[in-house]
Amino acid sequence: MSSASAPALRNAVIRLAGYSQDGIQSIGAFLAQLAGSTAQDVMTYMTIPSTISGGPSIFQVHLGSGEVLHPGDEADTLVAFYQDSYNNHLGSLRDGGICFYDSDTVTELKEERDIIHIGVPFTSAAIEAIGGSAKDRGKNIFVLGMLCAVYKLDRERLTDLISRKFGRKSEDVLRNAMLAFDAGYAYPVHDIRHMPFAPGENAEANRISTDGNTMLALGLIAGGCRFGAGYPITPWTSIMEMLRSELPKYGGSFIQCEDELAAVAMAIGASYAGHLAVTGSSGPGLSLKSEAIGYATMAELPLIVVNIQRGGPSTGMPTSVEQSDLMQAIYGSHGDSPRVVLAPRDVEDCFYTAVEACRIARDYSTPVVILSDQAIATRIEAFPEPDLEKFWIEPRLDLSACPADCKPYPLDRITRHAPPGCPSPEGKYPVVTGLEHDEWGHPSANPVMHEKMTAKRRDKLIEFANSLPAPQFFGDEEGDLLFIGWGSTYGPIKEATTKLREAGHKVGSLQFRRIHPLRPGLDEIFARYQHILVPEMNDRGVHGYGQLATLLRAATCNSKIQSLNKVQGLTFRVKEIHQAALDLIG
Amino acid sequence: MSTAEKLTKKQLKADHPTWCPGCGDFAVLASFFNVVEKLQIPHEKIVCVAGIGCSSRFPYFVNAHGIHFIHGRALPLATGISLSRPDLHVFVFGGDGDGYSIGGNHLMHAARKNVNLSYVIMDNQVYGLTKNQTSPTTPLGHKSKTDPRGAIDRPINTMAQLIASGATFIARTHATQVKHMNEMFERAILHPGFAVVETLSECTMFYPGAFDAGIPRRGGVFDLVDESARDMESTAAAMSLAEEDFPGKFGVYYETRKPTKNELEWKWIEDARAAAPDLSDKDLLRKRFAGMR
Repeated sequence: MSSASAPALRNAVIRLAGYSQDGIQSIGAFLAQLAGSTAQDVMTYMTIPSTISGGPSIFQVHLGSGEVLHPGDEADTLVAFYQDSYNNHLGSLRDGGICFYDSDTVTELKEERDIIHIGVPFTSAAIEAIGGSAKDRGKNIFVLGMLCAVYKLDRERLTDLISRKFGRKSEDVLRNAMLAFDAGYAYPVHDIRHMPFAPGENAEANRISTDGNTMLALGLIAGGCRFGAGYPITPWTSIMEMLRSELPKYGGSFIQCEDELAAVAMAIGASYAGHLAVTGSSGPGLSLKSEAIGYATMAELPLIVVNIQRGGPSTGMPTSVEQSDLMQAIYGSHGDSPRVVLAPRDVEDCFYTAVEACRIARDYSTPVVILSDQAIATRIEAFPEPDLEKFWIEPRLDLSACPADCKPYPLDRITRHAPPGCPSPEGKYPVVTGLEHDEWGHPSANPVMHEKMTAKRRDKLIEFANSLPAPQFFGDEEGDLLFIGWGSTYGPIKEATTKLREAGHKVGSLQFRRIHPLRPGLDEIFARYQHILVPEMNDRGVHGYGQLATLLRAATCNSKIQSLNKVQGLTFRVKEIHQAALDLIG
Repeated sequence: MSTAEKLTKKQLKADHPTWCPGCGDFAVLASFFNVVEKLQIPHEKIVCVAGIGCSSRFPYFVNAHGIHFIHGRALPLATGISLSRPDLHVFVFGGDGDGYSIGGNHLMHAARKNVNLSYVIMDNQVYGLTKNQTSPTTPLGHKSKTDPRGAIDRPINTMAQLIASGATFIARTHATQVKHMNEMFERAILHPGFAVVETLSECTMFYPGAFDAGIPRRGGVFDLVDESARDMESTAAAMSLAEEDFPGKFGVYYETRKPTKNELEWKWIEDARAAAPDLSDKDLLRKRFAGMR
């Protein structure tokens, strides 16, 4: 691998291990942004300690010339800042991988495997480059410069990104960063230098790179959402922070509330007043909002509820990924309270899911839950900029007069509320209510009326399900095995599908972006495969099946449906899904 | 349209209230009709909001846009309406359980944020809809189904709590004193910001006679706050009124003008819009994407 004529790399997984205050996230973010702007694909993965400041943290960047679907099972390169980062992450390197470690702090251990160790004094070299005694400052940018040289990355673009970021702070900060970068770039790491990266193949115009929470927030704006309310909770918080500062530019506001209950109530208030509104949270907050979500179902008001899932139950693992809120998202409220549940499959899809959620909430006067997760929320990917000519809903406040037969809850059509401010030529004004009611909104405990209204609230979701387009398969549309995934399992499932098909197996995969209600016709699809496997990051439960698998079994009575579960607070590795499939196919 | 016509009490009447005969809430409803008619608020701009409880049935009895929400959360819901629609007149109605118990936290925060709305708390010192349990304002010793030996938890000093919360208009009235009640409601409606009127409203079913000490024709004293002798913006002065023994004083305890949450949020929007006056919303988002390349 030290030969200058070695073939260009098509993929590289770089794991940076240190402490959260060392700025390893910013090295990763720079690499990801660089990849996005040079037609390469990228996916990152990070762990954050749930402590206030500091604690072990990693940032992994998977760069690829073609499509990158997962953050990488094993690392090609490890950068270790401390002895414990070195000890804990050496195992993540593949055989033949390279470990750069800070020779100022790390003592090399004996390693049986074929790993190339390169000690570089990150700390002292960065201090020397910047001058003075700026303790630890700049060593992340030093490492970035070093990686730029090792992988022959686009130096000009990278330094341009650095100046864009640090130039805003001050000249001193920028000068120090550039000194550290140049020192890292020039640091002699000998024969390892010859690892040029193949040019990117993702030639779409205007590629952007960012994380899932950012795209979700911007998707809500594009979907016409102009009011929101929330309470801080990890990993949802970055969405509310962004909407708080962004929405006023678009004429809206986002309100920080005293608690989760107030947040969902405030959003429902704004929705009732005619402005589609969003509230959001993570697991514990969704539990608190449950009663009011049921109200929105009963009162038939549009509402967007975002849930960035994390490890549960209770406070659980606040900074780790899990997909264990599916049942709660679909059923979490007392009474029969149907609502729509959508799940974005990657960072880019967060945008489109948010726009779609806004459309559905308005069209069907219903709460819509967007189930994202910690992995999608925090990781960075590169993808083409959304076309706002196609994905843009102009916010509208319709204050036209109430129609003459102004029934707020008609049984024969979808409810369209007249928000306050709408005059009533007939002089009769509607009351929106959480009590069971008749078509005029009068409270009613009539048994037949309750059954009819319950059916109405259910049937509009069935109408929505029937309007959904045919599912898009990846791979074979019949054969040995069908994978069914939702949310952030998308990438690893797709990659495992490709791997299995390359080995001659007939395998397809379906990723459900709309989880509730499900489009009819699943029986017919399931019948075309020998096995059906549902990988999910939740527990197999007392009956042996994950949450989506349980629902699918209930919906189709198909005993072929099997579960693959993982609850380690970590995303699936491709090889775990691959192996589970092989075990089934035999 | 309705805006051109004169609004009358008759137009504001909806279903006949489901309250028990003699309930103090009837008078509150009548007073609300009187004041809205007097102020000629555009009919379609009136929004009545309530949580859960006897008094929270209010929106059904008013022919105006209304929303009947869940227990204790009427204030944050009304905040969402008020902030997103500054053109509306938002009225919140509820009882002592809804406002001081299950919704207590929201009362404090809606007050300190100075959201522009009017809030009438019909305090009857008992849970009525669930049929006679102790409420957060039930006096010590009063017997209910949950305190058969008499209430042992000290009741909330409602006026002190409202003052401490930072509400910018705080008044106290009595449902039997119609003229006074009309005056308090009118001033609350005209106040820009969070205006709350604590209204003693007797539950004839489960706590008859609770407020007799404040009713002259039942031998009580209806003693008014002397506003001419007071600094209306002094919380200390208001607190000393709140410390008086029952029945205490009736009238405006505290009144001040502070920026409303509505004004502050709107100022932010105006400033943000002024920073990029020529860009459409779509172009703004495109610009944002361009920064992510």
